[in-house]
Amino acid sequence: MELSTEYLREKLQRGMEAEHVEVEDTTPNRCASSFRVLVVSSKFEGKPLLQRHRLVNTCLAEELPHIHAFEQKTLTPEQWARERQK
Amino acid sequence: MSGSLGRAAAVLLRWGRGASGGGLRGPGVRAVGSGGGSGSAEQLDALVKKDKVVVFLKGTPEQPQCGFSNAVVQILRLHGVSDYAAYNVLDDPQLRQGIKDYSNWPTIPQVYLNGEFVGGCDILLQMHQNGDLVEELKKLGIRSALVDETKDQDSK
Repeated sequence: MELSTEYLREKLQRGMEAEHVEVEDTTPNRCASSFRVLVVSSKFEGKPLLQRHRLVNTCLAEELPHIHAFEQKTLTPEQWARERQK
Repeated sequence: MSGSLGRAAAVLLRWGRGASGGGLRGPGVRAVGSGGGSGSAEQLDALVKKDKVVVFLKGTPEQPQCGFSNAVVQILRLHGVSDYAAYNVLDDPQLRQGIKDYSNWPTIPQVYLNGEFVGGCDILLQMHQNGDLVEELKKLGIRSALVDETKDQDSK
């Protein structure tokens, strides 16, 4: 299964109704098996980290078995705005 | 995954102020070999509830085989958590799949506090950074070593 950062970005954008998504291929040789994602979505509001990460895992349930390493950061739009001001 | 490994190590170096290298293994860390056949939900339920702090790793606390598992070990070490049970999923394919099914979580490492699934490396790292881990450990009657350390320093 060939996964691209763009494919994952679009899927997360749609599935999470995200305001902002960043996907980085963290595989040393860019062979697309390790990724780090940032998802900014109002769906995360009022949810603890574990639930937020579960939402993302569910969104990528088909893809995750093909991903070797997956790091995620999940922010609400408000948290994202604060983060950018830093 | 050496790239991620390198990065995880870099993250750890940033936390690791004052932490000496050397023996990673605290006095109470038990690397528990599983006796096989440890994949059923009932068995896993008993396993995660047997100890206050339980981690499932790729590798052992002394020799983690993955940067993310290593990060979990190092976070616990920073907090002075020395008494925890560590299970190496690489020793046992049934355990490796079973624990993922049990927690409905797709990746290793996995961390359990008081029998409750807490999350993987990302979540533990963020709990470490935002102070939640200190609070969660306190609930278990474990005083984080970082509480004492921050008293000695100016607030960061």
